[in-house]
Amino acid sequence: MPALGGETLSLQPWRDLFAVPGILRSALLSLCTGLAATLISVILVILIVATFQGTRGFRRVERVLSPLLSVPHAAAAFGLAFLIAPSGWLSRLLSPWLTGWNAPPDLLIIHDTWGLTLIGGLVIKEVPFLLLMTIAALPQADASRTLAAAMTLGYGRVSGWCRTVLPRVYPQIRLPVYAVLAFSMSTVEVALILGPTTPATLAVRVTGWMRDPDLTLWFQAAAGAALQLALVLFAFLLWRFGETVIARLALMRIMAGHRGRSDWFPRAIALVSALAVSGAVFAGLVVLGIWSFAGFWRFPDALPQAFSLKTWMRSGDTLLSLVATGMGIAVASVVVALILVLYQLQQTTRLDGSPDRGQGMWLVYLPLILPQISFLLGLQILSVISGLDGTHFGVFVCHLMFVLPYVYLSLSDPWKALNPRLSTVAATLGSGPWRIFWRVRLPLMLTPILTAAAVGLAVSLGLYLPTLLIGAGRVTTLTTEAVALTAGGDRRLIGVYGLLQAILPFIGFGMALAVPRLVWRNRRAMEARQ
Amino acid sequence: MHKSVFAAVVPLFLFHAATAAADHHIDVEHWSAIESKATGQEVYFHAWGGDPRRNAYIEWAAEQILNRSGVVVTHVKLADTAEAVSQVVSEKAAGRDEDGSVDLIWINGANFASMKEQDLLYGPWAEELPNWQYVDVEGKPTVQSDFTVPTDGLEAPWGMAQLIFYHDTETLPDPPKSIVAIGEWLEENPGRFTYPQPPDFHGLTFLKQAAYELMQDPSVLQEPVDPDRYEDLTAPLWAWLDGVTPNLWRSGRAYPSTGTQMKQLLADGEIEIAFSFNQSEASAAIANGELPDTVRSYVLEGGTIGNANFVAIPYNSSAREGAVVFANFLMSPEAQARAQDPGVLGNFTVLDMDKLNETHRARFDSLELGVATLTPEELGQALQEPHPSWMDRLSEDWISRYGVSQ
Repeated sequence: MPALGGETLSLQPWRDLFAVPGILRSALLSLCTGLAATLISVILVILIVATFQGTRGFRRVERVLSPLLSVPHAAAAFGLAFLIAPSGWLSRLLSPWLTGWNAPPDLLIIHDTWGLTLIGGLVIKEVPFLLLMTIAALPQADASRTLAAAMTLGYGRVSGWCRTVLPRVYPQIRLPVYAVLAFSMSTVEVALILGPTTPATLAVRVTGWMRDPDLTLWFQAAAGAALQLALVLFAFLLWRFGETVIARLALMRIMAGHRGRSDWFPRAIALVSALAVSGAVFAGLVVLGIWSFAGFWRFPDALPQAFSLKTWMRSGDTLLSLVATGMGIAVASVVVALILVLYQLQQTTRLDGSPDRGQGMWLVYLPLILPQISFLLGLQILSVISGLDGTHFGVFVCHLMFVLPYVYLSLSDPWKALNPRLSTVAATLGSGPWRIFWRVRLPLMLTPILTAAAVGLAVSLGLYLPTLLIGAGRVTTLTTEAVALTAGGDRRLIGVYGLLQAILPFIGFGMALAVPRLVWRNRRAMEARQ
Repeated sequence: MHKSVFAAVVPLFLFHAATAAADHHIDVEHWSAIESKATGQEVYFHAWGGDPRRNAYIEWAAEQILNRSGVVVTHVKLADTAEAVSQVVSEKAAGRDEDGSVDLIWINGANFASMKEQDLLYGPWAEELPNWQYVDVEGKPTVQSDFTVPTDGLEAPWGMAQLIFYHDTETLPDPPKSIVAIGEWLEENPGRFTYPQPPDFHGLTFLKQAAYELMQDPSVLQEPVDPDRYEDLTAPLWAWLDGVTPNLWRSGRAYPSTGTQMKQLLADGEIEIAFSFNQSEASAAIANGELPDTVRSYVLEGGTIGNANFVAIPYNSSAREGAVVFANFLMSPEAQARAQDPGVLGNFTVLDMDKLNETHRARFDSLELGVATLTPEELGQALQEPHPSWMDRLSEDWISRYGVSQ
């Protein structure tokens, strides 16, 4: 960075980084909250799917939880904060008749020093994501018949599922799990809203240095970003080690032959957590909605003294153009990502349907696994050099980079798990590779493709830092404006933008669920695939 | 660039050459030439977007300048001013010394000092603007000295800010009126006061305000920090903070992140005193239904810190003339009077009433201040902002003392 006077290589930024007060605690916080949030999310998802898969309740759980995926992290986190803060809605509903509080209690719930609320905020967002990923992987694992077989052999539902279906499903959701781990450890917006502040997590502090008026802090920020990357890689190793150990232990238990018939406890946890997760997000959205229409709202009133359209009216003009820009970029990047991914998958799949080992495809995942802050600074300079900064095209290219891995993630495993015999049959009937693609694979992939599109849409619509930096402030979306406005902390505005942010991608997910049902209404086995 | 326009003023340019990356000079006599250059230019105005009322004001100003001079101003709403600074720095790193994407920045003292030091600003230009003649240079010295750093015409003032405190008269009729008194009051009322967490701007301003009152000789705040005397000088401040921190909201284990969040805490009844850098914050919040109508403002005994809001032009701006024309409009009596209207923004003017003509003064005289806003007399003379090095040191020390405790 010659512009800042850094023309030689030196270890000074690292020395500066480790001299920052509380930096180790920040790093430890990132590691622990990230691991805890991921572990809890994975366990809950396993319990929920094991408990409900194949039952009539499963559709209901799916229908309740999957729309939550579309709620942007920031909106969900704000909703949770508005709900459980000492002056939040729960406390208002229970005061003063139950609690006796006439003023909010001086309790440290939001920003608690252990990061428990942060973990909670991550879990309510990651459970729906992992759940949808798991559901998309179930048909390839032949889950229904496997579970039925296990249960006939006398296994309890949960233990039977964990012993027979999980080992086949888990490899398919491994990458999403690692993405969740990387995200949870390096999230900026959720940690800002819910996480500890004295000190904050590593990613939050690094972002702070990058935005500090003292520009020489950038060197230290770069070192911090590298530390963040190292932490994430370390967490991957830990997780991988954990996977191996659990697999060993589980094998021993399976060999022991216990049927685990009494499984009311895990099933109760599954039910309660599914309700709690969806309840927290939905109630959070409701309270966001109330705040967006609120006049003066004194504690402990359960509802505002007056309602008004003022906040909506004030922002109404700008909202439309923001939505249009955001949707335009999102749809374009999702469509291109889908085409690229499907083409790549088709090209690397041999006629018998067995895919090549994706040579170099791990590169696509880098944006998922690298913390955003680590490479956005470089990307911004690159976009300035190429003259793409501040253009819609530049933002689209950058979004594509983030959307692509999610789309690939959502498509590659279901693709690889396609029953190769179907393609073989088609080939013996004289179909070429592309005819097989259009007539056999694409229809079979309808649900995963729509899911991938919805995920990509939500990802693109939720991107903040990339849009801001590459868009150079000239390309604005709902998200960049929302974060700029919410930086002020105005609850009514947060309500307006949070609610609108949640509604947009929700439409995408609604379609991902509805379209296959419509298309396959006369093809029961196809419909069951979702 | 535009040598023909400026050729006539080369001697003047030499006169100003001591400052920053200036290569051209804008002269009032050529104002019409500048205006005609400005017509049709697109000015990207990077300004903090956290205050909807200020956003609406900027939108109004943009409409006015479009109709009058044909300058197209787009407000780029930032979450943090440093984002615009980063943008300019990365453009410089990429060698884009012309046609940059930031044309005008609403800049604060620390960012100004850092950009000025790194030659990232265009100018001088501000004191050559036609409307500079109305600016109250004598009565409001902060229009030429941003956090003690001389502005040297590299930025133009467009509003005055002063720290005010506010409280709900219903729950707290008689608020403590000094830093020491706030500490004593907190002993009786633990958890009922807090300040935004440094390095937030409001939090740091509170620390500086406390330093003014607690330090034996506050005049050293006007000089850069003397590292040898720093410990001794600031000892009373840290002693006071050590004493009050356990009595703060959440026992000092968490802090609100911004002034707006602090306002929300007051509205929720979590705390009883809050403060703001906008003189009419309380009146505006009452009108907006954010605070009860029993809230009133006050200042501490001995006065509170005040400064001016500025706009600056990056060295590689793609629309200098347009930016200059817009900055001149922001400084005009008409725009200033509108900004001071509490129904619009409630931001006090940088202009001197004595320098205005009848019609212009009438615009200001007709303004009602709002139920919870102090008059300029009640606000009193503002204390000067300390040198930016104080802010850096206090911020660092605060973070290592209180920002990373368990």
